Amino acid sequence: MLGKLDWSAIPFDQPIPLIAGAVVLVGILAVLAWVVVKGHLPYLWHEWITSVDHKRIGVMYILLASVMLLRGGSDAIMMRIQQAVAYQSQGYLPPEHYNQIFSAHGTIMIFFVAMPFVIGLMNLIVPLQLGVRDVAFPTLNSVGFWLTATGALLVNLSLVIGEFARTGWLAFPPLSELSYSPGVGVDYYAWSLQISGVGTLVAGINLVTTVLKLRTKGMNYLRMPMFCWTTLASNLLIVAAFPILTATLAMLLLDRYLGFHFFTNEAGGNVMMFMNLIWAWGHPEVYILVLPAFGIFSEVVSTFSGKALFGYRSMVLATMAICVISFMVWLHHFFTMGAGPDVNAIFGIASMIIAIPTGVKIYNWLFTMYGGRIRFETPMLWSIGFMVTFIIGGLTGVLVAVPPADFILHNSMFLVAHFHNVIIGGVLFGAFAGFEYWFPKAFGFRLNDRWGKLAFWFTFLGFYVTFIPLYVAGMLGMTRRMQHYDVAAWRPWMLVAAVGMAVLTIGVICQIMQLVVSIRNREALRDHTGDPWDGRSLEWATSSPPPVFNFAFNPDVRGEDAYWDLKAHAKQQSLQHDAPEYHDIEMPRNSPTGFVCAFFATVMGFALIWHIWWMVILGGIGAFATFVVFAWRDHDEYVIPAEEVAAIDRVNLEERRSLVSMAGTV
Amino acid sequence: MSMTATAGRAHADPHHIGLVIEHPGPAPKRIVTAYGFWVFLLSDIVMFSCFFAAYAVLADQTAGGPKGSEIFEQRNVAIETVCLLLSSFTCGMASIAADVRNRLWFYLGMAVTCLLGLIFLVIEFREFADLVARGYGPSRSAFLTAFFSLVGCHGLHVSAGILWLLTMMAQVFAKGFRADVLRRMMCFALFWHALDIVWVGVFSVVYLLGSGV
Amino acid sequence: MNLLDPQGPVAAANSTILVDSVFIMLAIVVPTIFAILAFAFWFRASNPKAKFQPDFVYSGRVEMVVWAIPALTVILLGGVAWIGSHQLDPAAPVPGTGSPVRIQAVSLDWKWLFIYPDQRIATVNTLTVPAGAELNFQLTSSSVMNTFFIPQLGSMIYTMNGMVTKLNLRADNEGKLQGLSAHFSGDGFPDMMFDVNVISPLAFPDWVATTAKSDAVLNEDSYKKLMQQGVEKGRPTYRLDDPRLFDLIATQHIPPGPGPELASEAGRSQSGGHDAR
Repeated sequence: MLGKLDWSAIPFDQPIPLIAGAVVLVGILAVLAWVVVKGHLPYLWHEWITSVDHKRIGVMYILLASVMLLRGGSDAIMMRIQQAVAYQSQGYLPPEHYNQIFSAHGTIMIFFVAMPFVIGLMNLIVPLQLGVRDVAFPTLNSVGFWLTATGALLVNLSLVIGEFARTGWLAFPPLSELSYSPGVGVDYYAWSLQISGVGTLVAGINLVTTVLKLRTKGMNYLRMPMFCWTTLASNLLIVAAFPILTATLAMLLLDRYLGFHFFTNEAGGNVMMFMNLIWAWGHPEVYILVLPAFGIFSEVVSTFSGKALFGYRSMVLATMAICVISFMVWLHHFFTMGAGPDVNAIFGIASMIIAIPTGVKIYNWLFTMYGGRIRFETPMLWSIGFMVTFIIGGLTGVLVAVPPADFILHNSMFLVAHFHNVIIGGVLFGAFAGFEYWFPKAFGFRLNDRWGKLAFWFTFLGFYVTFIPLYVAGMLGMTRRMQHYDVAAWRPWMLVAAVGMAVLTIGVICQIMQLVVSIRNREALRDHTGDPWDGRSLEWATSSPPPVFNFAFNPDVRGEDAYWDLKAHAKQQSLQHDAPEYHDIEMPRNSPTGFVCAFFATVMGFALIWHIWWMVILGGIGAFATFVVFAWRDHDEYVIPAEEVAAIDRVNLEERRSLVSMAGTV
Repeated sequence: MSMTATAGRAHADPHHIGLVIEHPGPAPKRIVTAYGFWVFLLSDIVMFSCFFAAYAVLADQTAGGPKGSEIFEQRNVAIETVCLLLSSFTCGMASIAADVRNRLWFYLGMAVTCLLGLIFLVIEFREFADLVARGYGPSRSAFLTAFFSLVGCHGLHVSAGILWLLTMMAQVFAKGFRADVLRRMMCFALFWHALDIVWVGVFSVVYLLGSGV
Repeated sequence: MNLLDPQGPVAAANSTILVDSVFIMLAIVVPTIFAILAFAFWFRASNPKAKFQPDFVYSGRVEMVVWAIPALTVILLGGVAWIGSHQLDPAAPVPGTGSPVRIQAVSLDWKWLFIYPDQRIATVNTLTVPAGAELNFQLTSSSVMNTFFIPQLGSMIYTMNGMVTKLNLRADNEGKLQGLSAHFSGDGFPDMMFDVNVISPLAFPDWVATTAKSDAVLNEDSYKKLMQQGVEKGRPTYRLDDPRLFDLIATQHIPPGPGPELASEAGRSQSGGHDAR
């Protein structure tokens, strides 16, 4: 009846996951109870859960990422403590538990923190920057988000029911095959990634179509803000790379569930094929994450330097070059497989070539600052911190792209330090910069900058104190994923790294404090103008938070930095006083399709993991029925009458008129 | 203030060279939908290409089991191919019928498409069942694993397509040729034709190349 | 295990390339970081001396330079990578004094088996080699993937079931080194560290003779016992029964090592069907 599921799946003998799971469960129940008792449920349902508004979905993506960041961060803390104490001892985590933690840490940080964070920011901002009312497929957008949430839920479920993969975040076979990993861990891993992968693909298709087909009048390609370009590049990569992940995991699942032989030791299976396939997805994935971050930095550096982006076209070229080349370098992840010198050298050089456009980007930001008037607001601090940190990560990255150097650094702590250097220093700093930069746009009030700056400095310092020791440990021959070790030389560095982790934790606490303090003082921090940073692109041309329809009129763009021109022009001519004629606006109706569909996907995923076949069929029928119901509805749009549009827009105009007259010297 | 930005051009666009064709604004819904679906189809083809790649890698790994030439039946494959190609034609007929809002021809075209698709699936299913009965299931060797997965993946797509097809027919019956129904019909037709293209690949790579060896 | 304290020519070349590459890159990285900090500081909004140039958004000359600097660096490093990958190909010979020693390494769950086919001996978790001689490694795995790595001798390489990878190394100085698996392989992975004893070429035959007197014999049966999942704390040595044992493993004539499921099934049948979870 319940497949492989029985009481032994609950880890009664392992207090840590059990207590952690119980705490999370109690937390969720407490929040739910509070929501129900306070009567917020209808609000939550109508305004958020069923919302197809790209801004709301973007915010929910970021919320999901933030919550999962705490989960992944807890894993990181546990790992750092384990390696600090497990010198000539077993530490406090047995191997089967430690191995789950590092696997979950990697999986969560990439798929459920970094991905939803950048997708959330793109969702939130790109339609605003393009001057349009929504993304191409609003309901699908909601489906995509909720499927991502399903994946995150399944990963967390593995904490209390069963186990998570003990194979590392890419689940290399044959270790991940049934004969070496008979538990449900790898199944949790694979199914949660399959389901959230569908969500990511949907988001990718949606954003590609949005950028290519839904731009406001006059928004030619070469007038799009840099963030739109990097969004386009990143989502093209999603569309091209995520199917590879889906196919690869499908093959692994076929091996595990139906006795196929794609990657088994037996019957001619080929392990090296898995390595090739997974990295053919895995390397573009890195750029899927970091390209949007580059876009964010471009926006931030330009805004806070009070200048247009230096070398815009060069930046566009560099972005698209990275997009294309990122598909041609995957083999550098396994130079040590013995592929032969020609292959290794070619892929090594191809990997270095990516450093050229990336270097160009750094220099263009540098020259954007040159001759600027730099304001060191929190987003700008993150950006400068990024530029310094990312160069070091780039240096070590090019270093491991040199095959002979990789022969001694591969899979070492040096490598661990390298990719944290680029992912924390690049993606996470970028996500935080974007968070600080666009928070006022999303919620209508600024974040407290004292706490924000504290968060930056603690994170920045904590990063170096944590990861420089890991570089050193790698140079001392320490390999990754060691549950315990006997080498005395490694010990001090692991202790320093644990201290660094504590500093990083303080950074995260500052970030939370910043949110709490800012929400408390939101009236004082309120942004009435819609343009708190003296911005340059169209998202600042509407109120904060924007009305559901974003713009009362689709803006007409005549050049780069559309909103900056608007302001400059308005200043020259003082303000035009023509009373505009408002029209009715049609907006997509909210729909529970995404949420219901994800509910069935959760049921189906859980049933597949535990081999509960009747439940799988039930979930499948449910998901199909959800779409049929959606397809059958008669009204998919509702009309906002012109008077309402006018009322909302006039309030906004009154408030920003004062700003425009004060707009900076141009 | 209206949202019409009319800034000094030279300043606004420092790289501005010659004539710039102004982007006309957001595309109509039909274009957007079709474009998005094309992007999806491309991603689906990327997924198929992974299975093609796996087949190419594993084709010689027979592990003492049968080779392709020993198990492929050309006659069945020929019938399957004819069915699918014909169904593409009838699907096209149904699309045209939907565009001119002719219910009879639409139902007829879709029904024939469905029938041809089902014949294809039945033949494929019997081929698979026969192989499994002879002990040549996908667990026999890596070659058979790759074969069953590639051909089966296409078969699953065709099955999903038939489910979609029936849903489309029901929807036209219930709702008529509404704008959103027509957009979905257009996507369905794209999907069905794409499956044909994939089948041409399967046919050539698996059956034609495989039976020669 | 310090990578910058190499004990053989391969490791020395590896670390030279590593250090050279770092310096080539530091030559542009350090000025760039300095420029970032300097520009950010000088052009701060509160500095009245900094000239505000909002129209400085394009300069063909600057563009040329910013594309050229990374491109030139990469061309230089690309050359290093190309030459380095060819010279340091793991399979390339590493000439040494005396006759080369053939060693066949098998990664087991979770220990290393080193077979000396010519000497007809085998050791577990300890590798004894003569200083100065070329070491020809052939490597495979009994089950999952691992990576064979002796940090101070250089270049690591994967071990995979059903496949043989090749690696040539040389140890120049007598002494004790350590090796490890550098690819996660399951619960006992951290215990896959092994000792490397580099002894004088004169002492090597003696060591071989002593080891050959070992009571334990390595043949297909004892190998199958050895490949059961488990950690080996001791340093057992064996007489090698069949010098073709490695080929039998690599060609899968001896089937891959069982994972935990089979082991627990065996345990279950012994303990009368109780699931010892």
